[in-house]
Amino acid sequence: MHELGVVFYIIKDVKAVAEENHVEHVSTVVMDIGEVSTVVPHLLTDCWRWAADKEDLLKGCEMKINTIPAVTWCDGCKKEYETVKFGKTCPHCNSDNTWLIRGNEVEINSIIV
Amino acid sequence: MKVKVIEIKKSVFAENEKDADALRNELKNKGVYLLNLMSSPGSGKTTTLIQTLNRIKDKVRVAVMEADIDSDVDAVKIKEATGVSSIQLHTGGMCHLDAEMTRQGLDNVALADVDLVVLENVGNLVCPAEFDTGAVRNAMILSVPEGDDKPLKYPLMFTVCDLVLINKMDVAPYFDFDLERCKNNIHQRNPKAKIIPISAKTGEGVDAFADWLLNEVHTWKNS
Repeated sequence: MHELGVVFYIIKDVKAVAEENHVEHVSTVVMDIGEVSTVVPHLLTDCWRWAADKEDLLKGCEMKINTIPAVTWCDGCKKEYETVKFGKTCPHCNSDNTWLIRGNEVEINSIIV
Repeated sequence: MKVKVIEIKKSVFAENEKDADALRNELKNKGVYLLNLMSSPGSGKTTTLIQTLNRIKDKVRVAVMEADIDSDVDAVKIKEATGVSSIQLHTGGMCHLDAEMTRQGLDNVALADVDLVVLENVGNLVCPAEFDTGAVRNAMILSVPEGDDKPLKYPLMFTVCDLVLINKMDVAPYFDFDLERCKNNIHQRNPKAKIIPISAKTGEGVDAFADWLLNEVHTWKNS
């Protein structure tokens, strides 16, 4: 729902990095987006297209998204499991004492210039 | 054309978190406590706030910032019902407030004359949870008609909140709402969350919230 807000943050960060590295045009931005982050990839790329084309630095710049699978750790049986498939309750031991260890990332991985 | 990859590896929210920490520091130095109040639309944020403000306004100097996508109905309502000074922020279509927008809002509050600012965030259980506003504490209101399963559906919101008010307890008998199950669901996400059942309509539990808030402000200013 807040993908446009996220896009404005990405643009701000990319601009800063581009300036630091004396880059005139960025061709691709690579994102790492966790499976259970609150960001929906296709909405992010839609918002990106709209906002990026308004910037000279980012005109036509493509956004590539790496999806990071979500993994939960169970304190009960000390095992990991797939978050999306099993949710909060551990499939090995039925414990609810579980914590997300990966999968809520919203990160800029790199830019290609 | 030569292609070059520049590694960034940085959370999109990192910049906002830096701004939020800076704002919190500044507020600490000024002795101002900022509460970020979140909820879904229609949970009774404004009514709860009115009830609470009327209980604390003689004990602490307080101002309110209302954030909405548009309109100023909430700011007007607060001012009329409590006399507390209230400003309206427009997010310009955005579904949340971030630290920078909060700071801009605070620029319109006479911080030297207040101890407490309550920020009523945009009604939404998803996006506001992702953006640290620079508030000292996050609180949220979940109302009975929304259901006791909401902590499971909006986990991040319940994870970032220090306090959860469960509102509209007066109508609980008419809904399949199980308070104990709701508390369990919240504590599953966030074992440290404090939970206060209230009814902004009957006043039940509002004193407990008001006391919590006064104590928070006192501790923030004197530690």
